[in-house]
Amino acid sequence: MDFLSPDTWAGALAAKAARPEAVPVMGGTDVMVELNLGRRRPHALLDLTRVPELARWGAEDGYTRVGAGVSYTRLVERVGSRAPALAAAARSVASPQIRNRGSVGGNLGGASPAGDCHPPLLAAGALVELASAAGVRRVPASEFYLGPGRTVRREDELVAAVLVPEPRGPQVFAKVGPRNAMVIAVVSFALALDVAARRAGTGIGSAGPTPLRARAAEEFLAREFDWAGGADPSPEAARRFGDLVAGAARPIDDVRGSAAYRRHALAVLARRAWARCAAEVRGGGV
Amino acid sequence: MTPGPAPTAPAAPPPSAPGSAPPAGERAAEPAGGGVGDSPPRPDGTLKVTGEFAYSSDLWAENMLWGMTLRSPHPHARIVRVDTAPALRLPGVHAVLTHEDVPGEPRYGLEVRDQPVLAAETVRYRGEPVAVVAADHPETARRALERIVVDYEVLEPVCDARRAAFDPDCPLVHPPGSVPLRPEHNPRGNVLRHQPIRTGDLARGRTVADLRERADVVVTGSYEVGMQDQACLGPESGLAVPAEDGGVDLYVATQWLHADQRQIAPCLGLPPELVRVTLAGVGGAFGAREDLSMQVHACLLALRTGRPVKIVYNREESFYGHVHRHPAHLRFEHGAAADGRLLYAALEIVLDGGAYASTTPAVVGVAASLGLGPYEIPHAAVDAYGVYTTNPPCGAMRGFGAVQACFGYESQMDRLAEALDMDPVEVRLRNAVGRGSVLPTGQRIDAPLPMAEMLERARALPMPPPPEAAPGRVDPLALPGGAGGAGVGASVVRGVGYGVGLKNLCFSEGFDDHSTARVRLEVVGGVPVALVHTAAAEVGQGLVTLQEQIARTELGVRRVALHPADTSVGSAGSSSASRQSHMTGGAVKAACEAVRARVVALARARGLLAGEGGGAVGGADGGVRLAADCLVPPGGAAPVPLAEVLGDAVVEETREFRHRPTSPLDPVTGQGSSHAQLGMCVHRAVVDVDVELGLVRVVALDAVQEVGRALHPRQLVGQIHGGATQGLGLALMEEVQVADGVIRNPSFTDYLIPTVLDVPPMRVEVLEHADPQAPYGLRGAGEPPTLSATPAVVAAVRAATGRPLTRVPLRPEDIALP
Ligand SMILES: Cc1cc2nc3c(=O)[nH]c(=O)nc-3n(C[C@H](O)[C@H](O)[C@H](O)COP(=O)(O)OP(=O)(O)OC[C@H]3O[C@@H](n4cnc5c(N)ncnc54)[C@H](O)[C@@H]3O)c2cc1C
Repeated sequence: MDFLSPDTWAGALAAKAARPEAVPVMGGTDVMVELNLGRRRPHALLDLTRVPELARWGAEDGYTRVGAGVSYTRLVERVGSRAPALAAAARSVASPQIRNRGSVGGNLGGASPAGDCHPPLLAAGALVELASAAGVRRVPASEFYLGPGRTVRREDELVAAVLVPEPRGPQVFAKVGPRNAMVIAVVSFALALDVAARRAGTGIGSAGPTPLRARAAEEFLAREFDWAGGADPSPEAARRFGDLVAGAARPIDDVRGSAAYRRHALAVLARRAWARCAAEVRGGGV
Repeated sequence: MTPGPAPTAPAAPPPSAPGSAPPAGERAAEPAGGGVGDSPPRPDGTLKVTGEFAYSSDLWAENMLWGMTLRSPHPHARIVRVDTAPALRLPGVHAVLTHEDVPGEPRYGLEVRDQPVLAAETVRYRGEPVAVVAADHPETARRALERIVVDYEVLEPVCDARRAAFDPDCPLVHPPGSVPLRPEHNPRGNVLRHQPIRTGDLARGRTVADLRERADVVVTGSYEVGMQDQACLGPESGLAVPAEDGGVDLYVATQWLHADQRQIAPCLGLPPELVRVTLAGVGGAFGAREDLSMQVHACLLALRTGRPVKIVYNREESFYGHVHRHPAHLRFEHGAAADGRLLYAALEIVLDGGAYASTTPAVVGVAASLGLGPYEIPHAAVDAYGVYTTNPPCGAMRGFGAVQACFGYESQMDRLAEALDMDPVEVRLRNAVGRGSVLPTGQRIDAPLPMAEMLERARALPMPPPPEAAPGRVDPLALPGGAGGAGVGASVVRGVGYGVGLKNLCFSEGFDDHSTARVRLEVVGGVPVALVHTAAAEVGQGLVTLQEQIARTELGVRRVALHPADTSVGSAGSSSASRQSHMTGGAVKAACEAVRARVVALARARGLLAGEGGGAVGGADGGVRLAADCLVPPGGAAPVPLAEVLGDAVVEETREFRHRPTSPLDPVTGQGSSHAQLGMCVHRAVVDVDVELGLVRVVALDAVQEVGRALHPRQLVGQIHGGATQGLGLALMEEVQVADGVIRNPSFTDYLIPTVLDVPPMRVEVLEHADPQAPYGLRGAGEPPTLSATPAVVAAVRAATGRPLTRVPLRPEDIALP
């Protein structure tokens, strides 16, 4: 097995162009597990940990740019309020040790339907920046995912960064699992509100072949939400919103939970998300 | 213990491990105190917490090869053809072995010799070893496995334990007569043991229907216990080193060195003395290491290749490579009078043993004899079955049959309380056993067992503060769901539940249970040093500390060293059944007493003890004590330094220790005093439940346990915390999910064990009513809390939700879905 370890971004892109089959490794919290269990025997690993650009973050034209290699710990500590739902998701990932290594880029590279970053990126309307030796493109998160582990990223491309629009309203993320920490989501849900534009974004995790948006639910909430006062939704509205979110999911029965439970829990998470966002609007904490 | 130099290895270079500890003999124990009743630090503690302790997976030897195992992809299949030639052609591959290469006994087993070293005609569980390879690199070995061709003809799997037990048309896992089952276990079809018990009127021809009529209230329940895993962090691993005398030295993480030796040697076609086994660093056991895993395979490969062979399972393989806790199907019926007094119980217990027997017969014996729990019930009919299926083999795990039964009887006690509108503690008090009570096997409880006091104490423990009901956001870590951030205070309901568990300690049913210790006292560098040598496996429980403490107390020396545990001394029995403090502790004590007697005699012979006549040592060594490295004569005479008494003499004694004999259970009536000792723990659980999402946070899990005598209070409490945590895990998350004979979650991503955020602070009250039968009056403590924690947590969740919750582990959907 070859171990490629470029120390510049250009070098990394050149290496990927020359060896498109090389498997990128950032935190290694997915890659190393797969290697250890013999699920993968790549001919080459492309180590990205020495590329300084990937570990950077900062403001960029109304977005917060988060390098693909920014660790969850950094994300929580430094990016925090600039991308609240993503930071909340990062906080819920694994354990401190894994959060010190794991990255958004790795989550997008693996593209597990259970990955915690995806729902907030969908809900916030983030862009994924893909780069290759041939050029750079930005793909909306909602167009990025194709199937379990499959995305629009070409083999010669790397994830460079995600660009998260600056928050313009409350954002929440929550996930459900039978353990109180260190658990892969049975389902997860993110909600991001744009108070000025009176728009809502949603993201559903672990309840379909890809992370999903619940567009009908977004439209419903946009109509029904008390944008001015942040009043709690009526029980009927909350229930309807929950049903619409659950209805957008395409869950299966697996070791982590049943499809029926996933739909049920999503509806609960959705109702709670609305209530929490409403409370934030009421509290003026935006 | 770390693997030190191999004292018995004739030629082979001793294996070493990076960062291994200095040889045991060089390490001195804590200077001051540190006797029985103190809490000295563990001798291996610092190494373990600093990551320098050498586990069996760290073993290494010059010129070593790596062994790997080819496993069956099918739960049940006939092997049509095996072709190893393509694997052998791979450069770097030194051996590929199948069942044809096993020189001795083709099968082994702890209780029943039914498990093939390598499958021959049939595979009976997914993951069963079919071939093993040795290669110069693990990656080469892995590639070699891919090149072994095995053609299978898939057979119908036998996945349903109840069907295996009761359906005469169910396919048989083992052809009739092909496995040496014991007739007194009532084997039949796929049933490898059926243990009935009949007492009272149910032994005198009356039926359950008769008794039902006499009861004021009857509660019935069907319960299920999922397959729990021991979840040892250290995978199965070891190193086999071929010796010039034709034998082999095996360094391995195990629970019972001599049981390994006894099973390995016949398979290799070697006499036991040529199979020398030394304990390597054990990364958790809990029963998973009672059965053989890679032992015979590594030895076969080492003997074939003439080179040391190391085998380390990976995590997924580990899930297939060791036995699990028996899943159980329980059908319980209890009848009681209106005042809560139990009248009768009728229990059916079906335990899924999987493909091979392992310890299933003994697990059945425990489940049957303790199926009624710690309650006085005059009329009882118990039928416990252990069956063969083509599911993963099940065997020993902390609690061993009593865990499953306990979930059943405690659930029933709560149902009874509900039916009578009575407090759950009150129902238990009305029926509680105590000293003098008779178990359904006819065995009288002859040691103190203050169950009523324990229940009262548990009930009186202070309650945690109420849940944070604040309308705003509370710290999500304080809510069910924890770090996922899903919780809201408004959906949280609190519940409280109790559980009581009764566990046999030490081996039961007539087994010749014993342990051996060799203790040597000599002067090293001017100070007396005791060297303790046993074959007892330190599996994390802290037996190494206890052995040192006992030697300090009995010999009055400050310095105690431990010899590596190996088979050059007699058997210590297994580190299981909560037995080692009692058994090996007893053996070390006995050997120390013998050494002490000789030291006193020596002092007399050397004229260092004035007055007392003869050489004979009186009852308590003639009133002579050993303390602070000195011999203290009776009557206030000046102490004599032991260094002076001993001079150049080396005093060494070896002793065997046995607990009192036990009896088998009658195969028809189930009568017999089958247990040596009993332990009990009472738990009170307090939980917060997010009733909408079905998520649980255990807020408190407090225990009252009777231990006879706390030899090392800090380690003891650690055992109770750990045992309770494993019980909590079974209640809420731990399950090896098996579908059609295939494990669906063989990883720690999906086999969930409690994290620090799932385990509450635990208050533990320890009662010490000495058991006159046991050394220092002690009782083993490792298992009882594992029994009681599970039903206590489930009862608390029931109290919060009103749901029946008859299956563990609970799933969120059991609580949340209508
Ligand atoms: C104990 C444990 C707990 C976990 N818990 C969670 C959890 O709660 N939630 C969760 O979502 N995940 C969890 N994970 C999975 C993992 O930590 C995350 O997916 C993490 O985001 C991966 O990041 P990484 O940098 O370690 O990725 P790596 O392991 O380095 O890479 C992951 C994948 O992405 C690819 N990749 C990495 N960087 C790039 C890039 N720049 N461009 C293109 N492809 C790239 C790799 O080739 C690989 O396919 C857990 C893992 C472990 C071991």
